[in-house]
Amino acid sequence: MIRVRSRLVVLQFLVLTLLTVLTLRLWQVQVVRGAQFVAAATETRTRDVIVPAVRGQILDAAGRPLVRNRTALVVSIDRAEIERMRDGGKAVLKRLAAVLGRPVKELRERVRPCGPHVTRPCWPGSLYSPIPIDDNVSPREALQILERQEDFPGVIAEVQAVREYPLGAGASQTLGYLQPVTEEELTKRSSLKANFSGVDLVGRDGLEYVYDEALRGSPGLRRVQVDRMGKVLGVERQTSPVPGDILITNMDANVQKVVDRALANAMKNAPKADGAAAVVLDVKTGGVIAIGSMPGYDPAVWAGGISEKDYQRLLSEKAGLPLISRATHGQYAPGSTFKISSVSSMIRDGYPLRGKYDCPGAVDVGGRSFHNFHGIGMGVIDLHTALVKSCDTIFYQAANEMWRRDGGNTPVRHPKEPMTTTARAFGFGRKTGIDLPGEVAGRVPGREWKKSLWAATKHLSCARARTGYPEVEKKDPSRAAYLKTLAHENCVEGFEWHVSEAANLSIGQGDVLVTPLQLAAAYAALVGDGRLRSPRIAKALVRPDGTRVQEIESPVTGRLPIDKETRDYIHAALSEVTSDGTAAGAFSGFPMNVVKIGGKTGTAEVYGKEDTSWFASFAPAADPRFVVVVTISQGGQGAMAAAPAAREIYEGIYGIKGKAALPDGKPATRLPAIRRDGTVVQ
Amino acid sequence: MNQALVPRDRSFVRRAMGAQSAVWRVDGVLLVAVMALSIIGTLLVWSSTRTWAAGAPTGMVKKHVLNLAIGWVLCGIAALADQRTLRIYAPAVYGVALLGLLAVITPLGSTINGSHSWILLGGGFAVQPSELAKPALILMLSALLAEPAPGTDRPRTLDLLLCVAAAAIAMGMVMLQPDFGTTMVLAVITGGTLIFAGLRKRYIAGLAVAAGSAAAAVWLLGLLKPYQVARFTAFINPANDPRGAGYNSTQALIAIGSGELFGKGLFHGGQTTGRFVPEQHTDFIFTVVGEEFGFLGSVTVVALLGVVLLRGLRIARHCENRFGALVVGGVVCWFAFQTFINVGMTIGIMPITGVPLPFVSYGGTATFANMIALGLLQAIHIRERAY
Repeated sequence: MIRVRSRLVVLQFLVLTLLTVLTLRLWQVQVVRGAQFVAAATETRTRDVIVPAVRGQILDAAGRPLVRNRTALVVSIDRAEIERMRDGGKAVLKRLAAVLGRPVKELRERVRPCGPHVTRPCWPGSLYSPIPIDDNVSPREALQILERQEDFPGVIAEVQAVREYPLGAGASQTLGYLQPVTEEELTKRSSLKANFSGVDLVGRDGLEYVYDEALRGSPGLRRVQVDRMGKVLGVERQTSPVPGDILITNMDANVQKVVDRALANAMKNAPKADGAAAVVLDVKTGGVIAIGSMPGYDPAVWAGGISEKDYQRLLSEKAGLPLISRATHGQYAPGSTFKISSVSSMIRDGYPLRGKYDCPGAVDVGGRSFHNFHGIGMGVIDLHTALVKSCDTIFYQAANEMWRRDGGNTPVRHPKEPMTTTARAFGFGRKTGIDLPGEVAGRVPGREWKKSLWAATKHLSCARARTGYPEVEKKDPSRAAYLKTLAHENCVEGFEWHVSEAANLSIGQGDVLVTPLQLAAAYAALVGDGRLRSPRIAKALVRPDGTRVQEIESPVTGRLPIDKETRDYIHAALSEVTSDGTAAGAFSGFPMNVVKIGGKTGTAEVYGKEDTSWFASFAPAADPRFVVVVTISQGGQGAMAAAPAAREIYEGIYGIKGKAALPDGKPATRLPAIRRDGTVVQ
Repeated sequence: MNQALVPRDRSFVRRAMGAQSAVWRVDGVLLVAVMALSIIGTLLVWSSTRTWAAGAPTGMVKKHVLNLAIGWVLCGIAALADQRTLRIYAPAVYGVALLGLLAVITPLGSTINGSHSWILLGGGFAVQPSELAKPALILMLSALLAEPAPGTDRPRTLDLLLCVAAAAIAMGMVMLQPDFGTTMVLAVITGGTLIFAGLRKRYIAGLAVAAGSAAAAVWLLGLLKPYQVARFTAFINPANDPRGAGYNSTQALIAIGSGELFGKGLFHGGQTTGRFVPEQHTDFIFTVVGEEFGFLGSVTVVALLGVVLLRGLRIARHCENRFGALVVGGVVCWFAFQTFINVGMTIGIMPITGVPLPFVSYGGTATFANMIALGLLQAIHIRERAY
């Protein structure tokens, strides 16, 4: 028994040791690390449910929706949850595919994160936010998922607001689209972080992008207590979402439809046309009433994840880059529409406004012959006629004289360059500042521009001057020789502003490039009060309950460098273009007694392509309210493609054929009334 | 104590409550400690089953109270038993336990929670023969080892071999169910009893080597089920698979740790209410006390179990009878092992093993077995106390 007792003592020691170990470990877990486990417990026991804010609508000036919300049952997948499953969520996706009647492969593809080697469909957004799979499921399908949550872990079915575009492809580039926010955007835009819900989308283009913050509102948060199966036991706390503001624009849905139809017809009628754009501005306010670009696309392709085919089409050159708005991103030589700037520069340079000028069929400028359209001379005429009939030689001569006064190829210390500086004062060569992203500046060439271009390219030109163009020589030896000579010239004297370049600029050809929007803004200033305005699409931001947040006005960005007499003179001349001038054919039969249209045609030559067709116009001619600029890329002559399209737009606006898009031919001036419940009084 | 002195005509009540009665000679501290554990256990079972179990909120706790009541009766009966009687009937008890284990393997047995360890009795009652095998094996081993080799206090070699055979049969049958946790308990009981019986140190070393090689063989031959392997790897590194095998361990730690010093209060544990810890009313019952009563509550439970173990050891020390001392030693080994494994696995210092916490966990047969063991301790205390 002695041995039994001694061994019992050993056991007693062992027991005491084990009890001490347990106690110490309990102290460590519960007291030392307690707070850490409290946090972990809160995390496992609660779920933060984000209640997305309803995104604000985008309305036209009359209160018609341009972008609105449709309530839809959306099924999404929580990627984090799926990834944690043993089979990577295969079984869940298979069941979900069966319920939704879609191939499993598609679902699997849509939940993959996008990356360099992943083709669409894929998920471009944050890996921590649910991935929408289907935004139009039936209530029956949603119920199947909700009632068998245990079969569908990580699958969410809920009611969400989905964007809808009543205009279809109309103004798609202007309105923009939504995409899931990316991690980079979250870090880049700190304001997003505070207001970002993790499930909603961010505006990627157009108005949706520019006014994203106001449209988005702020999401609500509901912290719920859940059990192990994710069943909600109760709500711990809750903050309500604040819906986004309604964006009221200067646009008019009816005019936009007219513009889109006119552009589509113009593209059809000009067989080689590869793009078209039109801008309708309110002369009085600088507001954009309609802005169209062809080819366009239906923004519905973005909803619920875009397919690879659709995405490639949006980006493809062959499809005409439908994602790009040619009104703000398209740069074209303006042709004769630029002459409003050229005439103004002559007046500024001291040429008499009411003087007589010789308009021969051709003039010799710097040893080269520059001639009128078809080489037709018009005799001695005034500037009025020069604009109406579009004489070129008067401007060639003026450009030549100005160039000589500046010292020609050996310029004086401070050359005046009236053509270049006046063009800049008309707003060309810089962005208009419209409330759309990614606008381009265009280009106004001149002596300084030439120097900087030479500095940037002389290295290349000099190399080519030595080596020539062997790759072109095989096919076209004469062109290769020409290119080599050109390279040599550019290498040796590329900094020189040649008289031929000055002559080309005077009639809007050569290196000058403008966007349709810039041209519209310049014409609006010319026929309006002489002030250049930065065009605005947005008119006001209004809360859903009707209270105004902000009214948006077009800021004045400059003044045309000519007096009222000159403006009125040019205005009067352009007013006769549609009756006696270059657009008379396009407007034959137009009821000028109802509304008189003024304007200027433009035909810009593009090397190796069809001409760019322009028509810059305004109406009513006496006291203009609208400026309409139409450009058809590769459309041919201005009078043949762009002018008829502009006519169609005016016919729509004033109701020449059928119902008027704008009653009384005037845009809405008052903001549409919004009831307290958020509905719009039509 | 002379039985002849006891007059034959005295009534049962008088005999039971009289001055000579065993009632006055029980170990009161041990009794009170187990009563406290039973009450705490009842509250914890209530808290962990009130939201989901059949007949909630009180369906499960009512069954638990009934189990306890039956257990206390069994305890009383065992406490009244005479050691010589126990010793004589030990082989029979062991035989009945083996029959029970055998019955489980036959079509009479049922599988609950992946373990084929049950015999359903109908009416919602079931017995788990492997639990009853624990006290039965203790009695059998103690009976075999009660007589030492002549002139020594070491066991006879034949007894030793019989012991190993008896233990191996019971363990083998439990392993077939499979019930790894109970097999381990039986192994510890066997080892402990043999050591107390005076096994030579070299035999102890031999046993340890044998146990080690058996464990290695089990591991290397792949005799463990994949989930058992996973439990061990998850124990080594719980972050490896926080949703699978590591889940229980992680959730148990979260529940206990979040109780902090004072706990969240009875019925106020969010982790318990949300059922984040699986098997919370049985094997993981300690997480309820950890979350709802905090460090103070946890330490109280550990301390009460410590009282049970130390009182047991005290009884063993005072026992003049070799058989009695071995029985008590076996019971203490059993409870000590289950306490340390059970609490240890909930706080991440032991791998997950399916053993209940003595006197606290829900479970009918386990409660009966524990109470019978308590009764055995009391019986030995009553009869062997040195006056």
